[in-house]
Amino acid sequence: MIIRRRLTVGVGILLATLTAGLGTALPAAADETPTKASPKVELVLDVSGSMRTRDIDGQSRMTAAKQAFNEVLDAVPEQVQLGIRTLGADYPGDDRKVGCKDTKQLYPVGPLDRVEAKTAVATLAPTGWTPIGPALLGAADDLEGGDSTRRIVLISDGEDTCGPLDPCEVARDIAARGIHLVIDTLGLVPNAKIREQLTCIAEATGGTYTAVQHTDELSGRVKQLVGRAAEPVVTPVATEGADSCSAAPQLKAGLYTDREKIGEHRWYRVDVLPGQELRASVTVSADRAVNNDYGVLLRAVTVHGREIVRGSESGTGRTDAISSGLRYPKPEQDGTDSEDKPAAETVCLQLSNSFSAPASVKTSPGMPVELTVDVVDAPDDAADAAAFGLGRGWWLLGVLVLTGLIAGLLFGWISRWRIAVWRTN
Amino acid sequence: MVRTRRVLAGALLAGMALLTSAGSAAADDPSASPSPSASDGGTGPTEAGTTFRTATTIQPSQRATAGASTGDYLYWVFPADAGQRATVKATVTLPGTATRHGASTWQVDVYDGLRRRQACMYGHQTRKAAADASTVELSCVLRTVRAWSEPWANDPLPGNYYVRLTVVDLPSADLGQPVQTAVEVTAADQGGAHDVDGMLSEPLAPGAASLQQTVDASSDGDSMSPAPLGTEPDDGWASGWWTDRWIWTVGGGVLGALAAVFGYSLTRGNGRPSRVPPGA
Repeated sequence: MIIRRRLTVGVGILLATLTAGLGTALPAAADETPTKASPKVELVLDVSGSMRTRDIDGQSRMTAAKQAFNEVLDAVPEQVQLGIRTLGADYPGDDRKVGCKDTKQLYPVGPLDRVEAKTAVATLAPTGWTPIGPALLGAADDLEGGDSTRRIVLISDGEDTCGPLDPCEVARDIAARGIHLVIDTLGLVPNAKIREQLTCIAEATGGTYTAVQHTDELSGRVKQLVGRAAEPVVTPVATEGADSCSAAPQLKAGLYTDREKIGEHRWYRVDVLPGQELRASVTVSADRAVNNDYGVLLRAVTVHGREIVRGSESGTGRTDAISSGLRYPKPEQDGTDSEDKPAAETVCLQLSNSFSAPASVKTSPGMPVELTVDVVDAPDDAADAAAFGLGRGWWLLGVLVLTGLIAGLLFGWISRWRIAVWRTN
Repeated sequence: MVRTRRVLAGALLAGMALLTSAGSAAADDPSASPSPSASDGGTGPTEAGTTFRTATTIQPSQRATAGASTGDYLYWVFPADAGQRATVKATVTLPGTATRHGASTWQVDVYDGLRRRQACMYGHQTRKAAADASTVELSCVLRTVRAWSEPWANDPLPGNYYVRLTVVDLPSADLGQPVQTAVEVTAADQGGAHDVDGMLSEPLAPGAASLQQTVDASSDGDSMSPAPLGTEPDDGWASGWWTDRWIWTVGGGVLGALAAVFGYSLTRGNGRPSRVPPGA
């Protein structure tokens, strides 16, 4: 173990020196902007009239939500900027037009003052309509700015009846803005319609849906979701693949996002020097209702259109995403003069998917794509099937022993025969 | 059985080959300690990630748990090195039968560092939980990790492996109900028979070379740690030079030499030419 470790360290140092010596063709992913800003979370709470219903542990939904909020506010991690938005909190009337605009920010997104936030929550009383769509749009605006991760936690007990704005479409549009926003939903009523709507919202943004039946479940789950927002995570860089290799964006090592419609092709270009290995993996997320069978294909193609290697995957059934990847080690160039700087090869990456969706599902904006590109040193290729060409096993031992024995006997006999010949002469 | 035989053979050969200290010390290296990190009591993280990017890191022999909602996609990531065969075991504790509406099917999928799906050799990768079941046990035994493979193959390579646990089929009324999940990964060394030639320059881990990105705190300094990109075994990645094939080959050479000496001596009799009289 120690020998192993030492060697690893040694090799690591060696590699580090080598990469440093190579001038590091990859400037530590210059396009990866480190997330300086702290993560932002907005809790969106339904304060519609139906929250009066007393069906959560014998108390009203509103009381349960308030109690949960108090616990959550106490447990919010330091670095999280938290805001609270309400929907249906102000307008008690019957005018649908007015009622469906009723959403406002209760507590602005920023460093949390627990006392203030709690006081604000305490004033809430179940009142009006359930305009989920406008509330989500408002929340997305509240979280504007910075490059941090964003999360909306939507707690609702009712279906959005405000139309024509489908909250699910709203969620997908918000996600398509490319602002790393995830919407998690919590439903307070086990009702098929509400569940469908809230799962659709969650699915559209890569979030989760939870059905809440008890107060402790509610506070536990919201705490967990806020905690997830606090987890440090690499934020991808938005890119836009072209429909042909020649027009494709040039990518360096890094993590990228894009959108791809069903049946669309997206092309990207990566430069690979001789002696380097390209690693690319891609994940296409199913952010809407799709048919049961689907697939993804990532091809590495030369500029002349010859396929080098491909990664493909297909799947069936319920899924959040489908992914595949490929490696392309470009061999070291032989026989070139040392003055010749080896030319980088442009590798085109073609991404396609074979998702299909029922006719009722909107295909635009495209499905979210996550692409990781990595360029490392090429591997030591195998010269033999076995490690270092070494042998192993009882057959090997038998053969070696037998060979030794025969060789020994032969030598012995030959030398005896020679001595005998020498003597007779 | 095979392992014992191998260790015995290794020890025997090492002794015969007079590779006294180094040889025998190295001989028990790959086989005797299949789980080097077992010492930490096995308790792991209590949260799971929800995407490849946010997957929670676990080490072999750790038991990771996570509370989740039915329908969530839970991700963990663990390192596996060349020559290891990893086994992923997942347990899902379902909510009470009173709130459930029927049977559900759970599935564990394993993806490699390039996010390519990896096949399970054995194990219940997908299992249906009856309407009255309280837990589901899933398992997946991966193929042995190879040090190198051709780029056109999807053989498992040293690097990170993602575990995805989710429900794939259920009555839609059961979506969102709370479940408890636990995942445990064990890695067993498969020994020299699986040691292949060649080696990757970097293990298949995200951002192996380039993404030295850190997410630092905005104002209060140390409240955020660097974003996890990949994970590596507790004692680092194997350097790739050690294989018990060295012992077999060297031992075989020594045995061959001994056999040669023996064979030679057979032709010599007792050391005196037979025609020479005893007293001469």
